[in-house]
Formats: sequence, structure tokens, C-alpha cells
Amino acid sequence: MIAGALTIALGCVSLALVLTLYRLFKGPSAADRILALDTLVINVIALIVLLGILEETMVYFEAALLLAMVGFVGTVAYAKFLLRGDIVE
Amino acid sequence: MAPFVDIIIAALIVLGGAFALIGSWGLARLPNLMARLHGPTKATTLGVGGCLVAAMLYFPTHGMAFSMHELLVTLFLFITAPISANMVAKAYLHERMTAARDGTAPEPDLPPAYRMPLPEAASESCGWATFGAPEEAPQPDTTPRR
Repeated sequence: MIAGALTIALGCVSLALVLTLYRLFKGPSAADRILALDTLVINVIALIVLLGILEETMVYFEAALLLAMVGFVGTVAYAKFLLRGDIVE
Repeated sequence: MAPFVDIIIAALIVLGGAFALIGSWGLARLPNLMARLHGPTKATTLGVGGCLVAAMLYFPTHGMAFSMHELLVTLFLFITAPISANMVAKAYLHERMTAARDGTAPEPDLPPAYRMPLPEAASESCGWATFGAPEEAPQPDTTPRR
């Protein structure tokens, strides 16, 4: 039962990644692209967690934690660059 | 007991995947950025939270050690999602209002209470928030419209 649920969820998250990529390439403004990149990172975290359940290993959660931190810092740095023209003032 | 837990885990996994899909669908379909912000910040974060809670339930009930990593990731995502959404919204407003001042785009469609002056006037005092407070410097709308 969990295997079936995992198949459905992996399909959903993969479709979500494709939709986010569409917004990343189309997005009219730079803020749209930042938002799409942030969503991409969050979706990849979900994908990593689901793969970790599928393969019954806990190694992937370290990667998920690191990706969450790096994604947040990247989003804030990019938004701050648009706001101030500089990241570290 | 174990089949009951399995049902809960499977439901959480499916719900998490569905919420992630709904969030990205909103990101792709909604008309402007202020509406698009709602999808990823609420639905996608909730979807990832569902997946992580399912993982947190799955490992102890299937003969592996309980770990706090999932809880850490969940907490971190739930704390940082509003902050990054706020930063993206500020970047969008900055972009739009700078373009409106230069006359290359129309003003963003905001209620009057949120029409803030551009940062040149008070760049020292506002710091990270590049726009000053609305009541500090109420400026008449002098930008040319197209």
C-alpha cells in the first residue's frame, strides 16, 4: 500500500517540477524566476524524502536538510540582490 | 496496529504529493506574481510537511531508528517559507515601482495605503526594507502614466 502511495506521490511531485520549470522559463519578471527556483528546491526536497522512504535509507535526509538551508539562503540572497544591487553591504 | 499506521502513512504521502502538485499548478496558472506567491508558500510547504511527517512515522514503525532530521527539515521549511515569500514580494514591488518611475511600465495595482516611496529618499533609515513606511512620506502620485 505504501509502495502504491509512493508511486502516486512521486508522479505528482515530478509533474509539479515540470510545472515549476515552465514558470521558471516563462516567468515575465525576475521575481517570478526567484519564486520558481524556490519552489523547485522545495519540490526537490519532497522528491528526496519520498526516495528515502522508497529505498528505506536515512542518508537522504541529510541532503534534504542541506538543500533546505541552501535554498533559503539562495532565495534571500537573490531577492536582496534585486532590492539593493548588492548582497553583503 | 501496523496496518493502521501504514494507512496513515500512505494517506500522508498521497496528500503531500497532491499538495505539492496543487502548489506548482497555482504557480503555473495564476495571473500575476502576488497571486502566484500563494501557491508555493502555502500548498507546497504543506505538501513537503506531509511527506516529512510520513517519513517520520515510517522509519520507527519499520524497524529503523527514530531521527530528528525530518522534524528539523519541517520546522526549517515552515519558518523560512514566509520570509522568502516576503523577500520575493518586496523584490517584485521594487522592480515594478522602479519601472513605473522610469515610465516603462504601469504602476502596480495596489491599494493607496501600500503606495510607498522609492528608497532614494530614505535609503539609510529603512535598511533591509527598501521602501519607507507609507505614513512617513506621503507623496502625491506624480509618475507619468501610460
